[in-house]
Amino acid sequence: MLAYTLRRALWAIPTVLAVITVCYLLLHLTPGGPFDTEKQLSAAVLQNLNAKYHLDEPLWRQYLRYLAALLHGDLGPSFRYNDWTVNDLIRKALPVSLGIGGISVPIACVLGIGFGTLAAVRRGSLIDHGVMVLGNVGNVVPPFVIGPVLVWVFAILLRGAHGHGWLPAGGWGDGAWQYRVLPIALLTVINMATIARVMRGSMIEVLGGNFIRTARAKGLPAHTIVLRHALKPALMPVVSLLGSVCISSITAAIVTESVFALPGLGQLIVNGAINRDYTLVLGLVVLTTVVAVLFNLLVDLAYAWLDPRIRY
Amino acid sequence: MNRFFLFGSTAMPAAAVDVPRSRSPLAAAGARFMRNRAALIALALLLLIVVVCFSGPLLLPNNPIDSDWSSISLAPTLQGAHWFGTDELGRDLLVRTLAGGRVSLEVGLLGTLVSGLIGVAYGAVAGYAGGRTDAVLMRIVDMMYAIPYMLIAILMMTLFGRAFYLVVLTISAFSWLDMARVVRGQTLTLRTREFVDAARATGVKPWMIIARHIVPNLLGVVVVYASVTVPSIVLTESVLSFLGLGVQEPMTSWGVLIQDGAQKLEAMPWLLLCPALMLCVTLYCVSFVGDGLRDAFDPKEH
Amino acid sequence: MALLEVSRLGVRFARHGGAAVDAVQDVSFSLDSGRTLGIVGESGSGKSQTVMALLGLIASNGTVTGEAAYGGQNLLQMNTRELNRIRGERIAMIFQDPMTSLNPFLTIERQMTETLQLHRDMTRRAARARAIEALEQVRIPDAARRIGMYPHEFSGGMRQRVMIAMALLCEPDILIADEPTTALDVTVQAQIIELLRELNRERGTAIILITHDMGVVAGLCDDVMVMYAGRTVEQASARALFAAPRHPYTVGLLNALPRLSDASDAPLRTIPGNPPLPGTAGAGCAFAPRCAYAFDLCRRERPVLRAYEDGARACHKPAGEMAGLRVGVHA
Repeated sequence: MLAYTLRRALWAIPTVLAVITVCYLLLHLTPGGPFDTEKQLSAAVLQNLNAKYHLDEPLWRQYLRYLAALLHGDLGPSFRYNDWTVNDLIRKALPVSLGIGGISVPIACVLGIGFGTLAAVRRGSLIDHGVMVLGNVGNVVPPFVIGPVLVWVFAILLRGAHGHGWLPAGGWGDGAWQYRVLPIALLTVINMATIARVMRGSMIEVLGGNFIRTARAKGLPAHTIVLRHALKPALMPVVSLLGSVCISSITAAIVTESVFALPGLGQLIVNGAINRDYTLVLGLVVLTTVVAVLFNLLVDLAYAWLDPRIRY
Repeated sequence: MNRFFLFGSTAMPAAAVDVPRSRSPLAAAGARFMRNRAALIALALLLLIVVVCFSGPLLLPNNPIDSDWSSISLAPTLQGAHWFGTDELGRDLLVRTLAGGRVSLEVGLLGTLVSGLIGVAYGAVAGYAGGRTDAVLMRIVDMMYAIPYMLIAILMMTLFGRAFYLVVLTISAFSWLDMARVVRGQTLTLRTREFVDAARATGVKPWMIIARHIVPNLLGVVVVYASVTVPSIVLTESVLSFLGLGVQEPMTSWGVLIQDGAQKLEAMPWLLLCPALMLCVTLYCVSFVGDGLRDAFDPKEH
Repeated sequence: MALLEVSRLGVRFARHGGAAVDAVQDVSFSLDSGRTLGIVGESGSGKSQTVMALLGLIASNGTVTGEAAYGGQNLLQMNTRELNRIRGERIAMIFQDPMTSLNPFLTIERQMTETLQLHRDMTRRAARARAIEALEQVRIPDAARRIGMYPHEFSGGMRQRVMIAMALLCEPDILIADEPTTALDVTVQAQIIELLRELNRERGTAIILITHDMGVVAGLCDDVMVMYAGRTVEQASARALFAAPRHPYTVGLLNALPRLSDASDAPLRTIPGNPPLPGTAGAGCAFAPRCAYAFDLCRRERPVLRAYEDGARACHKPAGEMAGLRVGVHA
């Protein structure tokens, strides 16, 4: 088990390294520096800036310098926001993103697994149809449509006595709960739709299998069969799905933050890309890739741990 | 008796189905698809949308760019010239939606074509070569799966500009992974079949074997996965456009229109709803057709 | 009083957009305490569905008709809760494929102790001890260590023994074995049949054995019921059946067994053709298309199951003319 973990972890490193290198090259090799869009700077000022950020050094040296700093957890200074380092910017935006994603993903998992199981166990019932419809909707209607529609309904159409919408149309405020409801709802619904659909399909398949037939022949009551015999095998496809849910959550998070104007990591990278803030973009790419790779690793490990037939 | 639907799929004790007539697998799949009414309706609707989006802007009197200053911010109405209404610059929404649809669909189809070609080639080579080559190639795919491609896409759009072909290439660069995996799996099974051995025995070169014998048999999985890739690419383009990083003015796409509409929701909700509706209906139809294709090529009970 | 009395059992499956299919029609048999009954037939004969119906394991699109009297009640009319008191406790069942019939995610211990905890209200520890004992009785070596393992760590034959041990934990009156040896090697088959025979002899457990293999029936069963296309075609004690089969199908099945006395290059004696798919049999006897002795009446009118002194048969050909048909089978 340990060897398996180590081997998988080892593969994570070249992945991250490859991503960093490719992005680094992309950023530095394409024409246009970070200061091009500024108002006309005098040559001397430009030279100083380049020297300060080591942009006058040969590329390979800049690259190595960057990698060295990375190992210390230092993502470098922001090119755009002069007095801020990338670490600072991330530190400010992270709580926003976590406050939304960190809450919605666990909720989506629990609800998705729960509803999926219920739908499979009560075929043809209201819950079953509900899950199928929700699954289809979540699959087909993109988050950047659901989001604005939610805003339209809850912030514009439904108005309280005070003339404002039930919920704010966007912004973070001070992180008060009203500002979190719609974004969390959006992310939860999207993820829940996929998870519930997969769980339902998987559970239906497991319940039709031979060892469930044996369990029934032993006289076990329905709840025991579902919880003790069917749940674990049925979870396997869902677990392996979580990896790709994580990746698509990143996209969904970026869209959500855009729709609701939340000052999170998503906004940070979009602005950073538009402003050509090299270090900021690189830093975020590094961060998300590491997180994504780690998450995939955890998912693989969970998969191996759950299934007793896989032993390394 | 408890009608507790808990257990037991609607199974048959033994295959009580029609005696199959011998037919090529492709013809058999086609016939199965034709019997699926829902999929056929969806396909018809989809073709209608495609035709309308490509021909509409040419046939309709209005122009996606020109402003009609006499009717600004008009709500949708069937009387008059603007069926979907207009935006605050007086631009006709119907024509803009159709023009945008054309762009979105073009990206989707071209992107699927490009990523499909890459995926099939990659997967077929990996599956046929087997052994170390296969392991390495699939390892690369695994690594690419873990990369949050949206970020890279955002990066590439800002670095290389947003010309149409660049949008297509950027999105295709990450969309071929599923196709490659599936094609590789299919190739692995095909490789062990007798006709490949026969070809090899007569000295046919590997690449020719791949091209002549293996690729034609991949048609089934390729068609099914292409039908899944199209909506995925259309969606990715829409997200990029929504973030302001997709196709540039004067071109418009559904993503651009939706983003525009999202900002003017309070005053002119139709600006969001009409293109959003078109996008959703199109994606829904594609997913139905995709389901139908999947059932046609691989019939299984649900 | 028979332990289990089945009368006119029928199983019908509804189909999407099509007529319903009768997998089992009008099957009756009785099982006395301590006896073994073999139900024989090819695939599609309905033999599995017959016993699945007894334990309420038919798929959700199936309807069961008829009566199965056990302990003064009709099994076919019970709801799930009542059935659960009987399943695993008074009537147990083992299945064909031990590979997939055990839950790969749970240890053997868990799968065995849960039966005892449920039906006998035992504590985990007591149940574990009893389970180890049961494993030893089916001759699983090193049972105390093995019980903590997962199914995939056992061989096919051992897995089937585990299933048998699991089925017998609560000492049921009846054990139903649905093709228990089909998925196993021939040598392992013999061991399993021997095990079942021992269990029947020593504990008096009645056994219903489903199989398509007449050789297995010969080794184990007291009584035999032969099924074809969902109906019973012949019923008799094993001795009588093997000595004097009274239905062309039974004769065909017996002839199909290769014998040491056959010349090594002699062709195998098969029954030509295939059994009808459920729901496709027309008027007349379902076996007529394949029967070497069929005549006009056979194709027009379905023969009814009629009793004679040692059993029952459903055939238009008079019993007297059947005498010479067998090819030297010794009971």
